[in-house]
Amino acid sequence: MPLRLADLLVGASRSAVIVDDLTRTQIVQYAGASGDYNPLHSDEIFATQVAGYPTIFAHGMLTMGMAGHMLTDYVGAGRLITFGGRFKAQVWPGDRLTATATVQELVVDEQVVSLAVVVHNQDVREVFAGYATARVDP
Amino acid sequence: MEVEVVSVRLPVEASHILMFARAIGDPNPIYYDAPYAATSEVGSIIAPPTFTAAAAHFDPDHAMRPKIGEPWLGSGRSPTGRVDRPQRGEGGTGLHAEQHYEYHRPLRPGDVLTERKREGRTWGSEGRRAGKLAFHELISDFYSQDGELVLVARAVVVRTERPVTQD
Repeated sequence: MPLRLADLLVGASRSAVIVDDLTRTQIVQYAGASGDYNPLHSDEIFATQVAGYPTIFAHGMLTMGMAGHMLTDYVGAGRLITFGGRFKAQVWPGDRLTATATVQELVVDEQVVSLAVVVHNQDVREVFAGYATARVDP
Repeated sequence: MEVEVVSVRLPVEASHILMFARAIGDPNPIYYDAPYAATSEVGSIIAPPTFTAAAAHFDPDHAMRPKIGEPWLGSGRSPTGRVDRPQRGEGGTGLHAEQHYEYHRPLRPGDVLTERKREGRTWGSEGRRAGKLAFHELISDFYSQDGELVLVARAVVVRTERPVTQD
């Protein structure tokens, strides 16, 4: 159900665990679906021996896509006007990610809600920080 | 100065939306169940908010897709198939720093989008962990088959001097 302006308060928030134990297979699945086959995200030998990372890590866009899942569950499918942010730390296999949207502003005339969007890992470290705006019902 | 660099045709297909939604772990039936979607507010299957990332499949020059008959960056007989690749500890990497979307209407199966990619701003800074950082913006305007602007995507990519890991 789309959000109703009348039900929203600035500062209200919604959180969801968007992945509990990120698997290498899901990262591979995202590589296949997105077409981004950067070996940093799927090739352990390349990531460790050539690029110097401790293991492979997830596409930033996988984290953003999973955050988008929380957002569309919250505001309704097809309701987003904008969605953006910064990738602040890498996401590794085994990570548990929680996405939170917090109401920043209600634009009553235009029936728009402005949200802060953050994704934390199991160590409460921010891995993604951004924003979204969405159309809401009166 | 903004210069148009490339134009990519992105056909939006139901099976691709299904696979993309599975990959991001989103079980919403709006992404695969046409009868359900027909009864919803949007009236049909639509694509998830970050779906245009998958335009990479349709970019003939996308650097991060193995090209038939060409050496690939990743491992095979050796840790990298590219002889020009710097060895461990010597080089940094291109990383996705930011992503921003503006949505003008939902994307639906049957849409045939044209992505017009152009370079945006470039700037540099000094990072504590990664050394010199070179940022650049890549802006993609997605037009429908009717010439309507349906989505704008803006990526910020950073090239680092050294590999970056958290702490």
